[in-house]
Amino acid sequence: MWKFIHQLASPPHFYRIAPAFIRWLAVPGLLLIAYGTYAGLFVAPMDYQQGDAFRIIYIHVPSAYLSMMAYMIMAVSAGIGLIWRIKLSHAVAAAAAPLGAWFTFLALATGSIWGKPMWGTWWEWGDPRLTSELIMLFLYFGYMALRGAIDDTAKADKASAVLALVGAVNVPIIHFSVEWWSSLHQGPTIIKEGGPAMDAAMLYPLLAMILGFTLVFGALLLRRVRAEVLYRERRTRWVKEMILAGGN
Amino acid sequence: MMSEEDTVGMTSGILGVARRDLLLAWKRPGDILNPLFFFAMVAALFPLAIGPSPEQLQFSGPAVMWVAALLAMLLSLNSLFLSDFEDGSLDQMLVSPVPLSALALGKTLSHWLTSGLPLVIVSPVVAITFQMPFAVTGYLMVTLLLGTISLSLLGSIGAALTVGLHRGTALLSLLILPLAMPVLIFGARTVSLVAAGDGVAGGLYFLAAYAVLTLSFAPFATAAALRISNE
Amino acid sequence: MDALSMGGYGAYVWTCYALGAGVLVVCEWRARLRHRRVYREIEVRIKALGDNQ
Repeated sequence: MWKFIHQLASPPHFYRIAPAFIRWLAVPGLLLIAYGTYAGLFVAPMDYQQGDAFRIIYIHVPSAYLSMMAYMIMAVSAGIGLIWRIKLSHAVAAAAAPLGAWFTFLALATGSIWGKPMWGTWWEWGDPRLTSELIMLFLYFGYMALRGAIDDTAKADKASAVLALVGAVNVPIIHFSVEWWSSLHQGPTIIKEGGPAMDAAMLYPLLAMILGFTLVFGALLLRRVRAEVLYRERRTRWVKEMILAGGN
Repeated sequence: MMSEEDTVGMTSGILGVARRDLLLAWKRPGDILNPLFFFAMVAALFPLAIGPSPEQLQFSGPAVMWVAALLAMLLSLNSLFLSDFEDGSLDQMLVSPVPLSALALGKTLSHWLTSGLPLVIVSPVVAITFQMPFAVTGYLMVTLLLGTISLSLLGSIGAALTVGLHRGTALLSLLILPLAMPVLIFGARTVSLVAAGDGVAGGLYFLAAYAVLTLSFAPFATAAALRISNE
Repeated sequence: MDALSMGGYGAYVWTCYALGAGVLVVCEWRARLRHRRVYREIEVRIKALGDNQ
């Protein structure tokens, strides 16, 4: 097992086998998303409170979940890179940030669009989840801005790793404080998404979407890491030989 | 285990650095006064923008003063490690036998004494202009006292990460502001709750707990960041 | 037609699904673009070195 991980973490090996992994993640992921989209839009029964607008959660929940997940992946791999000095894990952290920011944006946009017919407003500060997502987006921006401001890759890796770890300690605290903050004022009633009362015909598409988005996210992440590895290893011999041999 | 000598060395290291920075600040009072003027001015912008209605000012006072304090703290953070970085003192600190985290804590302590504490002291004057009752002003000072400790500590991490980069304050704000949101939320909301006659214990406990949390991990993060920035 | 209008929420629902698809496409496209750019850059450099030798 350890040997397998060690081998995987070697850049040339990762670069060679990543396309196979991408395929194995993307194909089932896209199939699940296709099923989830079809079932979510046309098969799942209408919610008796929210009508058909509830179908937005099939996009919103997976993206909100992935925005947290991406931050976790970023912080954990940054920590691994900082402690064990594994080159590949810094590349993973660098690749996870923009993806996380995109999914955070998606969660914000869909949450806001869902809010318009439900609350009658595009933005409701009283909803703690939307507010948390907004702060999450700022955290990603800060991380990417710090990376962008440092020219030396190795230095940018380490500095941004410290920031990611400090951010990871803070994320639960930010959630908690935003919850407390929004509980102080009685905003418009927020209809709970999910919950145990959810019908199976509503739940299965949601689970399929969450799993499908996660798999596709994995594929996107690997594709970005692969480009990142190529950039970081641009002066090495294996890259030169690979390109001279017409490799891809 | 830490021997008694190590502890003495660390304490004197923290205090030594803090004393040196305080002396430097004493020679350049502008460094202390500018953020204070900034604080007062930002706080004065709001009545001009909102209008002179006393009820509205009383209502928005805690929020305005907290935002102004947060921004004033950010303003003074940029220079926290800059002069040490430029004149080579930072290299000395890195090779000093005293742990870098202790020295970072000393610098943060002096930063708080020269920017956090003065804000707490002048805040009642600004509070008067917002028609804030005396009892509420007391709570404002307590929340600012606890909150600025956390802000100094969190800010020192950001200042250490960005020292030597040319994009300065804007980048620093982008790094620190999202992390500082819990402090702002609990600080401002607690004062608003007092003004509305509600319970306050929860907010104060949170601010105190957060100050302890940042105190226990920020110096180490700052030290790590300084090492990386000075490579 | 019924399915398209989504009980009056059609515009909101379809916009969200379009955004979801859009984000996935943009992420994939940007990853490929970056890979291609880096690859080209290295290729050009290696070829230039080869000519000099």
